[in-house]
Amino acid sequence: MSLRSRLGRARNAFSAQVRGVRSVSTVDAATWDALEEALILADLGVSTTADVIAAVRRRADAEAGDEPDVVLDLLRAEVVERLGSHDRSLARGGDPSVWLFVGVNGVGKTTTVGKLGRMEVQAGTGVVLAAGDTFRAAAADQLALWGDEVGAAVVSGAEGADPSSVIFDAVEHAAAVGADLVLADTAGRVHTRGNLMDELSKVRRVAEKGSGTVTETLLVIDSTTGQNGLVQARRFTEAADVTGVVLTKLDGSARGGIVVAVQEELGIPVKMVGVGEGPDDLLAFDPVEFVDALFELDDDVEA
Amino acid sequence: MFEGLTSRFEGILRRARSRGRLGPEEVDDLLREIRLALLEADVHLDVVGVFLERIRERALGAELSGVLNPGQQVVKVVLEELTLILGGETMKFTYAPKPPTVVLLAGLQGSGKTTTAAKLARWFKSSGRNPMLVGADLQRPAAVAQLETLGERIGIPVFSQPTDPVAVAVAGRAEAARLGRDVVIFDTAGRLAVDDELMEEVRGISEAVQPDHTLLVIDSMMGQDAVNVATAFHDRLSLDAVVLTKLDGDARGGAALSVREVVGCPIAFASTGEGLSDLDAFHPNRMASRILGMGDVETLIEQVETTYDREQAEDAAARMLEGRFTLDDFLEQVNQLRRMGPLSSVMKMVPGMSQQMAGVDEALDEGRIDRIEGIINSMTPAERIDPGLIDGSRRSRIAAGSGAQPSEITQLLRQFREMRKMMKKMGGSGSGGRSSKRRGKRRKGGRAAGAEPTGSDRPATKGLALPGLGDPAEAEEWILRGPGR
Repeated sequence: MSLRSRLGRARNAFSAQVRGVRSVSTVDAATWDALEEALILADLGVSTTADVIAAVRRRADAEAGDEPDVVLDLLRAEVVERLGSHDRSLARGGDPSVWLFVGVNGVGKTTTVGKLGRMEVQAGTGVVLAAGDTFRAAAADQLALWGDEVGAAVVSGAEGADPSSVIFDAVEHAAAVGADLVLADTAGRVHTRGNLMDELSKVRRVAEKGSGTVTETLLVIDSTTGQNGLVQARRFTEAADVTGVVLTKLDGSARGGIVVAVQEELGIPVKMVGVGEGPDDLLAFDPVEFVDALFELDDDVEA
Repeated sequence: MFEGLTSRFEGILRRARSRGRLGPEEVDDLLREIRLALLEADVHLDVVGVFLERIRERALGAELSGVLNPGQQVVKVVLEELTLILGGETMKFTYAPKPPTVVLLAGLQGSGKTTTAAKLARWFKSSGRNPMLVGADLQRPAAVAQLETLGERIGIPVFSQPTDPVAVAVAGRAEAARLGRDVVIFDTAGRLAVDDELMEEVRGISEAVQPDHTLLVIDSMMGQDAVNVATAFHDRLSLDAVVLTKLDGDARGGAALSVREVVGCPIAFASTGEGLSDLDAFHPNRMASRILGMGDVETLIEQVETTYDREQAEDAAARMLEGRFTLDDFLEQVNQLRRMGPLSSVMKMVPGMSQQMAGVDEALDEGRIDRIEGIINSMTPAERIDPGLIDGSRRSRIAAGSGAQPSEITQLLRQFREMRKMMKKMGGSGSGGRSSKRRGKRRKGGRAAGAEPTGSDRPATKGLALPGLGDPAEAEEWILRGPGR
């Protein structure tokens, strides 16, 4: 199912700018302003927006395109290009492979672990869930409920236990029972807390002390996040060597445009998007669909 | 990205100053910078537009008054307007004449409702109330278990039952009345503003329990969407106040401004950490400085005050800002600062510092402080006072004594010199340093007359001026006192 059709209900007033652009006969200064506004409202940030608009203007001038549809196509192509053409599959190859989920508080790490666990179990992978969030009250309970639901073993420690050792135990358990994949949840942490970021570095190291290999460290970013998302990505990458982004809650009215800056500045691709609480609500990231949804380039979805 | 508005202003203002006045052209330039700063802080585009119009009128009008210099005037206007929008009436927590007082929390998933519910309960308890928590989030797995654990930790009863959210709410309210609890706080499931069904559900809860206070919980890291979210919740629930969470991060928190502007109700609380006591009253003036990237001066002052003793602070700050401090002072400073928290975050609270610190940041790296301490301890007292004495052979001796490489010592001395130079520059702010006589005079005059008792004679802040904005004394005054007081 396409992202766009999934997001149909969420899209509303935002696209006023874009729709306005489509209704003009030729693109003028006011049109460019409207496009710029659309990008800022989608949380791309001021400097990324300025870069994108400047690049599109150059392309439009070169191709002598002043028709709205041509410009919109150029804009779409520009942003898609900036999102890069990465391999967005989640890397395996460890024995077991460990996918570590990191991020600030409340972005949806535990839920993402649960959903991804379900997808992997359905695909026939042997999955162990590691309840590495030993800080938030009842986080392990939350993951245990997911484990029951999707049919995956959950390894957890006591509240306040060392997250590194919980994840280490989960990896060893997976190795012992021959499971291929460990999905390791971690506690949410604000990236300005140095000691907690150090703890995360340790989690990352200790996860590879035994049989496993960390093949993915996934930064979970909430779509509603503004410009701080870029700082988050930078700090988490320094601490735990982030390999990809999971963009959650894209079924709301937020666009998640900060991932464009994250991709451009840090070269970290978005790999998955979360679009709801249902069983199939975690999707592989598709730049074209994402950008279409960003600009609401869909005639069927009218407010 | 985090460079302060003031440093951006510098170029424009230098130009204006050379002409002796601030023309419409400069005002436009300044407004452009303000716009940029606000957008980078995640203030909603439309809110920025409305805000800039107000600023333009006032900036141009105020030009004639000529009391302050033009640069100060514009920054003052901006901070005043921001504070005004963020502040307005303060949230007074009124209690229902017939208990229990009902508090309903609502918000998006992950905004921090459950934690906020527990923090609020603790806050009510410490205000002498007997609160109770009701877990009406039956959606997120183990949300009720989380609330129960938190309730246990703070000794506050939690009610829930696996029925449906409205039924739980109704039963919870009845239970609170039966137990004679005088405040009852309802935690609800996170929901998307665009999810009609769930938005109707929370309205159902609201209608069933008739809250005295409906609080929207908003993540301070939120981007442009904050406006849509606040509007949608306000439409359904008629919000009374906002709780801003995760302010312990480094997000500039422009969402606060957007939400305040859109829903018009006060931001009552700010959540500043993971501890259950980390819930504070919201300070509009601090938030205004933070959004502008001007540093949270008041929080810095508080941290300085709780860490330093006052006399020591007077001394240290004076020496620091006049660039006469020694390596002993340096070590002392570093250790004092270390007690306040991560150095980089402390330094970021100083206006204009986040940018200027870039070069010396490394010298203050937490991990290297022990090593620096070792090196300084291996110096003679004379060397610590006058590092210029340290030649090649002294350097070798210090290296042998501290187990460091000679190059590390050279590097430390270079960084120390840079830091001293920079501090001096900040302290002087273009006026070429200032005498203690002048400091004394100012404190007697300007500050004794000030109406703000808490900010009037705080030590350690006397030089925290806005770089490049003319007389630091005046600039500092209004930052400390907050506009409009």
